[in-house]
Amino acid sequence: MANWIPLWLHKLGSPPIFYRFAGAVRPWALALALIAGAIALYGGLVLAPADYQQGDAYRIIFIHVPSAWMSLFIYGIMGVAAFIGLVWRIKLAEVVAMESAPIGAAFTFITLVTGSLWGKPMWGTWWTWDARLTSELVLLFLYLGVIGLYHSFEDRRQGARAAAFLALIGIVNVPIVHFSVNWWNTLHQGSTIRILGPSHIDARMLWPLLTMMAATKFYYIASLFGRVRTDLLDMESGKDWVRELATKEASR
Amino acid sequence: MNAFLAMGGYASYVWPAFAVFFIVLIADYLSPVFRRRRNLRELRARLARQDARRKDKSNG
Repeated sequence: MANWIPLWLHKLGSPPIFYRFAGAVRPWALALALIAGAIALYGGLVLAPADYQQGDAYRIIFIHVPSAWMSLFIYGIMGVAAFIGLVWRIKLAEVVAMESAPIGAAFTFITLVTGSLWGKPMWGTWWTWDARLTSELVLLFLYLGVIGLYHSFEDRRQGARAAAFLALIGIVNVPIVHFSVNWWNTLHQGSTIRILGPSHIDARMLWPLLTMMAATKFYYIASLFGRVRTDLLDMESGKDWVRELATKEASR
Repeated sequence: MNAFLAMGGYASYVWPAFAVFFIVLIADYLSPVFRRRRNLRELRARLARQDARRKDKSNG
């Protein structure tokens, strides 16, 4: 390992230390997710006014858009972790990549279903094969492919390497999803929130949306750390620290 | 309250969307909890078997 990486970061890659670290962080991340989520729901469902065109149906935005952002964000994290795992063979990076996939798949599924429930009253159809919807569906299949490939090998680390390759190849789909509304004519509306320049949304609608975005980020940390802890215990079940932990938990 | 639940006539789209959001995320959160419990139970059973075997050997 290169010596510019600080020692604590290097130590964090060790499974027993990361297990404890994740166990300490997880309750806080979940608490922040629940608090931010509750505030965002109150702001989005109660305080924000109805849309002048879409009435109250637009309120689906407060879960649809944060979920869609998470579906891409998690894919990015999975891609980076997969790359680190492939190049440096760090066990923790492989586990982070593989355990991100089910969470990303969950958010992608939510995006597709809530989008469909929003599309029916607004567009008059549950589904259309346009660029945005199709590329998001491809994203779901990529996640499912990564999960499937990971579990189809007897050796977990061999499976992780094969699935990490698929995750890296599939990363080309991420910009396609993001820019699909600009590149092709589509039924889906363009971006509402802009990082550069003003957003096309009232402030009373914007803050619940951004709060929910924060909530889903915290949720991802909480869920990922729970999954990584479970996976580390399973992979290291022959090691002393896991045996100690197993007997300790039995006596409780 | 009724007006809130009615969601301006879009209740049958808005509420199922929120229900899907929560059900999927709760399922996602709970799945490793159960997996962890099962793995630890299996590990303890394996350790117990190993202990028993060691005792058998030492008793002759």
